[in-house]
Amino acid sequence: MTDPQRIELLEIIQRDPRAPAEELAARVGSEAAEVAAEIAHLEREGIIRTYRAVIDWDRVGDQHIYAFVDVTVKPEPDFGFDAIARRVALFREVHALYLISGGRDLLVVVEGRDFRDVALFVAEKLAPLKGVESTATSFVLRRYKEEGELLMGATDDPRLPVTP
Amino acid sequence: MSAQPHLPQRSRVARLVDELPPSGIRRFFDLVQATEGVISLGVGEPDFPTPWRFSTAAIDGLEAGRTTYTSNLGLLSLRRAIARHLDWLHGVRYHPDTEILVTVGVSEGLDLAFRAILEPGDEVIVPEPCFVAYTAAVRLAYGMPVTVDTHIETGFVPDPAAIERAVTPRTRAILLGSPSNPTGACIPCAVLQQIADIAARHDLIVVSDEIYDRLRYDDSGHTSFGTLRGAWERTILLNGFSKAYAMTGWRIGYACAPPDLLAAMNKIHQYTMMCAPIMAQEAALEALRHGEGAVADMVREYNQRRRFMVARLNQIGLACHEPLGAFYVFPSVRATGLDCETFCERLLREQKVAVVPGTAFGACGEGHLRATYAAGMDELREATARIERFLSSLR
Repeated sequence: MTDPQRIELLEIIQRDPRAPAEELAARVGSEAAEVAAEIAHLEREGIIRTYRAVIDWDRVGDQHIYAFVDVTVKPEPDFGFDAIARRVALFREVHALYLISGGRDLLVVVEGRDFRDVALFVAEKLAPLKGVESTATSFVLRRYKEEGELLMGATDDPRLPVTP
Repeated sequence: MSAQPHLPQRSRVARLVDELPPSGIRRFFDLVQATEGVISLGVGEPDFPTPWRFSTAAIDGLEAGRTTYTSNLGLLSLRRAIARHLDWLHGVRYHPDTEILVTVGVSEGLDLAFRAILEPGDEVIVPEPCFVAYTAAVRLAYGMPVTVDTHIETGFVPDPAAIERAVTPRTRAILLGSPSNPTGACIPCAVLQQIADIAARHDLIVVSDEIYDRLRYDDSGHTSFGTLRGAWERTILLNGFSKAYAMTGWRIGYACAPPDLLAAMNKIHQYTMMCAPIMAQEAALEALRHGEGAVADMVREYNQRRRFMVARLNQIGLACHEPLGAFYVFPSVRATGLDCETFCERLLREQKVAVVPGTAFGACGEGHLRATYAAGMDELREATARIERFLSSLR
């Protein structure tokens, strides 16, 4: 499998992880067996980390609250931001974690059952961590787009059914 | 009540129009409209919405009050961008002041081209199967289309010898659409050069519809007709934004030609259309300035679906040549023993999949159907599964 084919394969899997190997092979111009072997390899190498669904929780009624927490930290000698990042990342409440440019250092996406749950996690666990200098919490009120998917209601195909 | 005065019997509709055959797609469209739960692979336009940044350029223009006429030729900024784009993409040069005209889609370009060059009764050679408007555009300009058949065995590439055999003293032009709607065929550069040589030998104009130029899936790339040896002086290039930029509803295209031909087309355009809508021109300008990323993403996606469709159709028993351009497959249904209209009608009624009979694109399209892969993978999966069920039911 060529490098461009591999990248194309990964891009398809990212959007359409349920596509069967035979179909994936047709789409990237390869053979089913080769694609299956490649996927197994990419999974073993940890390049494909996991397969997940994008769910519009707002429509289920179940509470999944997210907050973006800007964190400034004091980097540690020898370890820079990695050591503190690891201490933050290990909390199960931390949904995503990024080192970012600009005025803040870390962007922590915190997930909780309700606002209080998230606020308490920040106050009791995140803010007191050694090296954390400040936090600023912004709650997500509504999700419009996630993982490239619009969550604003499906639109019907506006095209006429038969056109020249 | 007094008796009606006795008037000579005369149709209210001009004979030319009255005798114009209706589009073969029309009847099928009505059938599809009347059926519930149809998956349609019968469309001739992208399933992608117009990239939002193109749309916002038009919205910005509306908010700033830019809702006026433009020059007949179109916004100079757009014509300059088109000139740069064509030079960059294909190495073909047209001057924005005198050789580029912004049109209301390629459809208007076709109409202008034939009205500009044909005397009544002049012949235009048109390889078929072809876009439904080609022969009509020639007839509406009082010309006579002379069709040349192409076949699946030769990948629907026209045979230059057959084109030359069709030349008569009345032949004025050759009309080419490559990549082709409906077959997806792309005429190789060497064959195009042979056609250009024929045009030169017989002093013909070539109207080259290159609307699908960006939707190419092989490495050989698109050859713009005007770049061929001896061709620029006799080429009318038609192109537009509908397909590559997913802008069908904006109705925006362009024609490029040597100054005498372009001036003649503009003369008609200024009286009939005045100018293309300014909001569509502004969106098109944005597409040329910042559209390459979106085009590349869409082409890659089409290519994946194309490979899937060709493999799947061949697997289920509909012989399908490999289309190298556009977003259609044009498989053969001959193995089923059904003619293409019956096949398409029964497929629609029995499995609720809409595709277009090949005969809608010319008589030699018999035995084929056109299916688009400008549809999501879920639809393509389901549609091909239904076609497979239909084929099993025939056995």
